[in-house]
Amino acid sequence: MDKNENEKQDFGKLVLQEVTGESPKAKIQKRSVWQVIQIPFLAILTGLIIGAILIVATSQTVWTAFAESIWKGFSTAGKELGTAYWALAEGSLGNIVTQIKAVSSGDDAAIRAAFNPFLESLVQSTPYIFAGLACALGFRAGLFNIGVEGQLFMGGIFATYVGYSITGLPPYIHAPLAFLAGALGGAVWGMIPGLLKATTGGHEVINCIMMNYIAYRLTAFLLTGPMTRPSVAGMPLSPIIEKSAEIPQFFPSPIRFHLGFFIALGFAFLVWWILFKTTWGLNLRVVGANTRAAKYAGLNITKTTIIGMAMSGALAGMAGANEVLAVNHSMATSLSSGYGFDSIALALLGNSHPVGVILAAMLFGVLKNGATRMMVVSKIPIDIVTIIQALILIFVAAPPIIRAIYRLKAPKKEVATAVTLSGWGRNK
Amino acid sequence: MTASTTTIQRVKISEISQNRKIITGIVEIIVAIFIYVVFASKVASDAITTFVMTPGGITVGKMANWIVPSQLALIILAILSLLIGIFQIIKGFGKATNGVIGLVFLFFIFSFLTWQASGKSLNLAGMLSSAVQFAVPITLGAFSGILCERAGVVNIAIEGMMLMSAMLGSLMGSIFNSAWLGLLFGVTGAVLLAALHAVLSIKYKIDQIISGTVINIFSTGMTAFISQKFLQVYQELNNPPMLSRFEIPLLSKIPLAGPIFFNTNLFVYIMIALLIILQVALFSTRWGLRMRSVGEHPKAADTLGINVIKTRYMAVLLGGIVAGLAGAFYTIGSVGRFDEGMTGGKGFIGLAAMIFGNYNPVGALGAGILFGFADSLGTKLSLLGSSIPSELMSTAPYLITMIVLAGFVGKGHVPAADGVPYEKE
Repeated sequence: MDKNENEKQDFGKLVLQEVTGESPKAKIQKRSVWQVIQIPFLAILTGLIIGAILIVATSQTVWTAFAESIWKGFSTAGKELGTAYWALAEGSLGNIVTQIKAVSSGDDAAIRAAFNPFLESLVQSTPYIFAGLACALGFRAGLFNIGVEGQLFMGGIFATYVGYSITGLPPYIHAPLAFLAGALGGAVWGMIPGLLKATTGGHEVINCIMMNYIAYRLTAFLLTGPMTRPSVAGMPLSPIIEKSAEIPQFFPSPIRFHLGFFIALGFAFLVWWILFKTTWGLNLRVVGANTRAAKYAGLNITKTTIIGMAMSGALAGMAGANEVLAVNHSMATSLSSGYGFDSIALALLGNSHPVGVILAAMLFGVLKNGATRMMVVSKIPIDIVTIIQALILIFVAAPPIIRAIYRLKAPKKEVATAVTLSGWGRNK
Repeated sequence: MTASTTTIQRVKISEISQNRKIITGIVEIIVAIFIYVVFASKVASDAITTFVMTPGGITVGKMANWIVPSQLALIILAILSLLIGIFQIIKGFGKATNGVIGLVFLFFIFSFLTWQASGKSLNLAGMLSSAVQFAVPITLGAFSGILCERAGVVNIAIEGMMLMSAMLGSLMGSIFNSAWLGLLFGVTGAVLLAALHAVLSIKYKIDQIISGTVINIFSTGMTAFISQKFLQVYQELNNPPMLSRFEIPLLSKIPLAGPIFFNTNLFVYIMIALLIILQVALFSTRWGLRMRSVGEHPKAADTLGINVIKTRYMAVLLGGIVAGLAGAFYTIGSVGRFDEGMTGGKGFIGLAAMIFGNYNPVGALGAGILFGFADSLGTKLSLLGSSIPSELMSTAPYLITMIVLAGFVGKGHVPAADGVPYEKE
């Protein structure tokens, strides 16, 4: 009993150790909080700084101001940037002054309106959590699931179909059924590349990308053909799902904050539990870390690969189902705005750990939600977020670059990343 | 597990190719049955398919039309496929297997066309001509892949390089009102991304697939950003002059091949020239031998005094140039304007063509044209009023890519050190 007491640590430390992939028992090389987060933190910072440079460099007002005088140029650049990033913050977190005023006035509607930007950021981050988990689970199994986008579309299609074609079910059956149908759609779509990899050795990256394109085309076909909404026949739009299939939203419109966010958190916990607390999760991680060792240990690699991809696909399918059932209530070809690629960034940023993924997903949700406002205020295309994400990703994947920029000392031993991939058309 | 585990398990390879021989043969027989059951039996016995053998608007190098009795042609094609399949199972075609699979695939497409166009006429030459056009970015992408991977660097960033080059080609071409400068800037953009890939994967040794993916994400975001910020706002910035097509004297008078290969735009000529250059350089020069040895066994190459790191940098940068040409084809060779995401995965299909073509320029060109043909099918069939929805038809290249990767056509020889960063001891 004494030993157990000793092993009890505060929760924060445990989480950090999990995120960094260190076993809680190996306490020989303790690392401070700063050491753990310095690379992701500096990567995000550097990404935002380079994004700022890009915003300034492509702004015509700044260039014309520079033509007048250097001083005016810099002040205009500062003003421009201030407006843009202020819009980003206001659009994603809300205006603190309005929030305080609303809370002190005690008016319900005013409070809701003041906090809506933040709640909307959570709405935006929900599919990111699912998609990021999908990719993270794949990485843990040594699989690069770049097919999240396609699996998400299939999840959306399946969920939509169950959502509108079945009528008369009570909500507590219909909504979960539609959601699980979405998971199934994603699982099927994810399983195919897994199956191909396990049986033929075809690399999952290209197969997943091909499956993405097939999913786009299939969606376009279904939504203009068999699954089209009769009133707008020919437009790529599905019928509206039944009320009973909707994932409930907590507040009256226009606030879209919904139960899906908590479902996502629940699944994050489930993924964590499976990965780190079950034998099967251990098998998965062993196969991911070292296929050869797994083979000698007698693990069934074929089965693990297939199920790993299917589970990853199921999580991606849930992202699609979530968007359909909780937010859009129908399916369109514009269902995803690049969640597939973003999910890779999320998994890398969160070091393929569910807690890390949730934090990264919240960051991306905030960025995306804020970028919409930034686009309205400063006319900066929303794709700036994609660029910033790619930059963050480069820096997270290659810590030496960040260390070189900020003149940090390299650790004695590089922390092993959770990402272990096999090469090309070649088995490990 | 697969034939690609090269040197160590020689015995296993023959075992697997035995399996593959049979599976390939069975698939070929299935194709034969399919042609007979689905196509031949559905065609009216007296129907005639007319294939026009001169692309529209061409005056030199004309060729007479082919007039084929539909059903007879289909039955003959079915029998040929069947014979090939049986021979494949019994004896096998050895090294020519991939080529024979391509041939059966062509039979299949030809039967499909004969079936769809029975009682009508179809401009086959026009289709071949557009297939070659579609094949250009795929084949150049495959060449780019060959350059990188023969030296041992996996490059899935070709798609992103193509996109960047297409965007810059359009933007700079419009600004300077010169297609040539557009081409130059486009290629430069692609080479810069290639340099980034080289630094990340050779110097920092980060996973080459992650590095490639990051570059693809970056390029997608960057091109969309510039496109929305400038190209869509100022239409005149997205209107580059194009490299017009020009005839090659004499060669353009060859029937069928003349109009398709020798009366077209610069990019097709570049493709043919690169084919010859690469094939010779890779397999008949000291330079090529060194490069391949770096991809096969970098440590051995290093002991012999070959600079592995430098060779890899050079290979990736050259690959960037070729990928840049592939991207510029879109804006200043074919479409004449930049649209977001216009490369549509052709960079990835190029990689599949590279694998299908056995990391060989000639094979890559063949595979590229096959993919291009599948691409042009979708557009042509919708004109014929086909019953198959064009959205589903357009998934064909992607499906074929997956089948190719599934090893149905065999992976041939993957460079042994492909994707492994080199660490000097």
